Amino acid sequence: MSIVTVQLGQCGNQIGFEVFDALFIDSHCPQRLSSKRENEAYQASCKERFFSEEENGVPIARAVLVDMEPKVINQTLSKAAQSGRWKYGQHSSFCQKQGSGNNWAYGYSVHGPRHEESIRNLIQKEVEKCDSLSGFFIIMSMAGGTGSGLGAFVTQNLQDQYSNSLKMNQIIWPYGTGEVIVQNYNSILTLSHLYRSSDALLVHENDAVHKICAKLMNIKQISFSDINQVLAHQLGSVFQPTYSAEGSFHYRRNPLGDLMENLVPHPEFKMLGVRNIPQMSENSLAYSTFTWAGLLKHLRQMLISNAKMEEDSLKESCITDVLEAQRTVVCEKRIDWQIRPPLPGLPSLSKMSLNKELHFNTSIANLLILRGKDVHSADLEGFKDPALYTSWLEPVNAFNVWRTQRAFSKYEKSAALVSNSQFLVKPLDMIVGKAWNMFASKAYVHQYTKFGIEEEDFLDSFALLEQVVASYCTL
Amino acid sequence: MWIPGASLLTKFLLPSPLLVMANPFTEYYIVETQPGSNSLLIRVVGDGGSISKGKICSLKARAVLIDMEEGVVNEILQGPLRDVFDSKQLITDISGSGNNWAVGHKVFGSRYQEEILEKLRKSAEHCDCLQCFFVIHSMGGGTGSGLGTYLLKVLEDEFPEVYRFVTSVYPSGEDDVITSPYNSILAMKELNEHADCVLPIDNQSLFDIISKIDLVVNSGKLGTTIKPKSLVTSSAGTFKKWQEKPFDAMNNIVANLLLSLTSSARFEGSLNMDLNEISMNLVPFPQLHYLVSSLTPLYTLADVNVPPRRLDQMFSDAFSKDHQLIRADPKHSLYLACALMVRGNVQISDLRRNIERLKPSLQFVSWNQEGWKTSLCSVPPVGHSHSLLALANNTCVKPTFVELRERFLRLYKKKAHLHHYLQIEGMEESCFTEAESSLSALIREYNQLDATKSMPVEDLPRLSVAV
Repeated sequence: MSIVTVQLGQCGNQIGFEVFDALFIDSHCPQRLSSKRENEAYQASCKERFFSEEENGVPIARAVLVDMEPKVINQTLSKAAQSGRWKYGQHSSFCQKQGSGNNWAYGYSVHGPRHEESIRNLIQKEVEKCDSLSGFFIIMSMAGGTGSGLGAFVTQNLQDQYSNSLKMNQIIWPYGTGEVIVQNYNSILTLSHLYRSSDALLVHENDAVHKICAKLMNIKQISFSDINQVLAHQLGSVFQPTYSAEGSFHYRRNPLGDLMENLVPHPEFKMLGVRNIPQMSENSLAYSTFTWAGLLKHLRQMLISNAKMEEDSLKESCITDVLEAQRTVVCEKRIDWQIRPPLPGLPSLSKMSLNKELHFNTSIANLLILRGKDVHSADLEGFKDPALYTSWLEPVNAFNVWRTQRAFSKYEKSAALVSNSQFLVKPLDMIVGKAWNMFASKAYVHQYTKFGIEEEDFLDSFALLEQVVASYCTL
Repeated sequence: MWIPGASLLTKFLLPSPLLVMANPFTEYYIVETQPGSNSLLIRVVGDGGSISKGKICSLKARAVLIDMEEGVVNEILQGPLRDVFDSKQLITDISGSGNNWAVGHKVFGSRYQEEILEKLRKSAEHCDCLQCFFVIHSMGGGTGSGLGTYLLKVLEDEFPEVYRFVTSVYPSGEDDVITSPYNSILAMKELNEHADCVLPIDNQSLFDIISKIDLVVNSGKLGTTIKPKSLVTSSAGTFKKWQEKPFDAMNNIVANLLLSLTSSARFEGSLNMDLNEISMNLVPFPQLHYLVSSLTPLYTLADVNVPPRRLDQMFSDAFSKDHQLIRADPKHSLYLACALMVRGNVQISDLRRNIERLKPSLQFVSWNQEGWKTSLCSVPPVGHSHSLLALANNTCVKPTFVELRERFLRLYKKKAHLHHYLQIEGMEESCFTEAESSLSALIREYNQLDATKSMPVEDLPRLSVAV
């Protein structure tokens, strides 16, 4: 089954390109560990999901590109075409000239209705090329005007048009310290609208990815290109084909459906995050070896302590099996190992305090995706501990694993954890708080009311998001 | 781009700022333009031949030149850029405005309203998508001040959805035009009501900046790392000649301001910023739309790969009072919002590092503690490897307004020269008193904000929901 991607705004389009590129490069990566047949099945599955066929054999991304100004789309289209590996469809893009001015109201109330039909037709054409549709990815940022406002509008539209298909929004959470001054307003309006119309929100935080680039990838002058590539890698590690229950050579047909089924049991809880390890520069990778035990241990601790990345120790070079034990000790100092799940028999931490430094990250559901050598030997007991999960779900339902022998990208072993947990509560709370403070002084509100978003709409958004925060807090 | 003439001022301190401003702006833009690049400010006429060896006849400025005297505009049309300006997009008269806002606004305004509208519509027709108007004028004279602000009203009525950006040259302390306080205050009222965004500039600051560059260049301290050709010279003359034609150099700074402002809309980058985003992010309340600007660095360096220390210096300088284009000290006043528009080989990590570094020394208003808007454009300005334009909505603009009001009141109390204005049809004393109260109201707003400066930031009680 196929996934159609809608790339919105500068952020959405820049990331979209990196995602397709990462998917393509990985699927054509020379694999020493898998058999030829295995590889071919993997490639075919990846292709079916993300690319369609063109006459001269160059795969075309199953994507629709939308932006309200032309520069980024032109750049994206030409970058893809120049790569020679794959490209975007000739008529798959829609753009205007004047932009959205970082104004959510303009994106949602002006551009949305005005261009509804054109965008819908483009999506329709792309959907028709699919033998069967698994669902939609919508890649967008929250801070700007097009991705956020028009993105919210398009998602709503998709809900009406394709009510049987799943929609997963890839949302870029802006840096805490401004990229855009009105980013908090744009964010709360986006989130509140998406919460009503989307099936799942997979959140990528710029701050977190930035740290990964700085600390783990060792990049000195970090550009958005670097950030987008790390992000694309994370997405690839989740959405590249994985075995279905039937085992080897049979890849999961409905990735979105399966993912949603595993991770979004309740519509009140839709926010998902990805952590994937290892992440490191090519240089460090050459000297590193990993065990499943080590990887999973770190991933588990990252989950419960809400760390966004493996701490720096793993980037140091010359890691061999001999030093493995030593390395583990060093790592242990960096991740917050003090955080432990609540002991059985004691009352569980019922309400999470947002101000406390130490808090335990309770999950609703977790999905572990393992790729690489000896993947079946990985021991997952740590993730089945009921203490990790909220009381209204049994671990057997809350935890799932997908394993694939075929390695991902250049990593002999890699593990990705997609989780629906309290990890986003603090950032969400912060954004709501800042937006609320700004709203109390009515600053910038005239820019929104100019285009039909009234104070009432703001208040509705605040109410919905406070509810979400409260719900997650009481897990 | 509308350039109402400040021509009357040519007779006094400011020989043809219009001429020189127009020259370097389009000159630099032409150097910046690549074949096929965004035709934001200049449209291609005819077969759109490429720019080669000074032949620029296939490009036409999206501009209308207005002056109530002919001298300055004629000079432009005979100068090296004559082919860039469409000779039909002009409005001129002979008699000038006599440094009288009322003449510019009321007399010429009504006389030329039809013609103005006609040329406007014609210009707009050539645009696929009209995003904004730049109005460039001075405040102290008659035409720029009076007719220029009349234009704003016309633009607002005719094109209500198009942003109006105004670059206003405010009179300096030692301005020789006696009636400049009257003209400025009357113009301020119009700017308050009809402009979306104003970038105030004063000549004294520009002059000080030029002097500083001269000092650095001539002191030889930086030795061979300084090229004589820099941001502030036009290609016509070297920097050394600036003493003879200071306004050349000064206007070049303003030209570069406008170039930097539009660079992210014209060229690609990893974080684009359109002109409409400036208003959206930097104008939290409609009346507080005055932005203090600064441009750094001011001289080119021979090295293209500038070590990070120099790059960071560019950011530090942007906040220093010596680099502002108006007499203002943003560091010691309150920020409502700040935008950093970077050009060249600068990445997001450089930007973030510098914001983190400089943030503690700046004071932001309580409801906008992280009020930063940033943009990254890949193409640097000619002759530089990178540059930065900082736009600040900051209460440091208040002293300029306070001084303006004081100078006005000194004159008005004695009713000096008032008869020149009152004899114009449509002018009454109430025009003056209304203008003064409009300015006073604005100053009060800034005072109220300043009063919150040292107050602790408190989080307000949030909405509580039933769980």
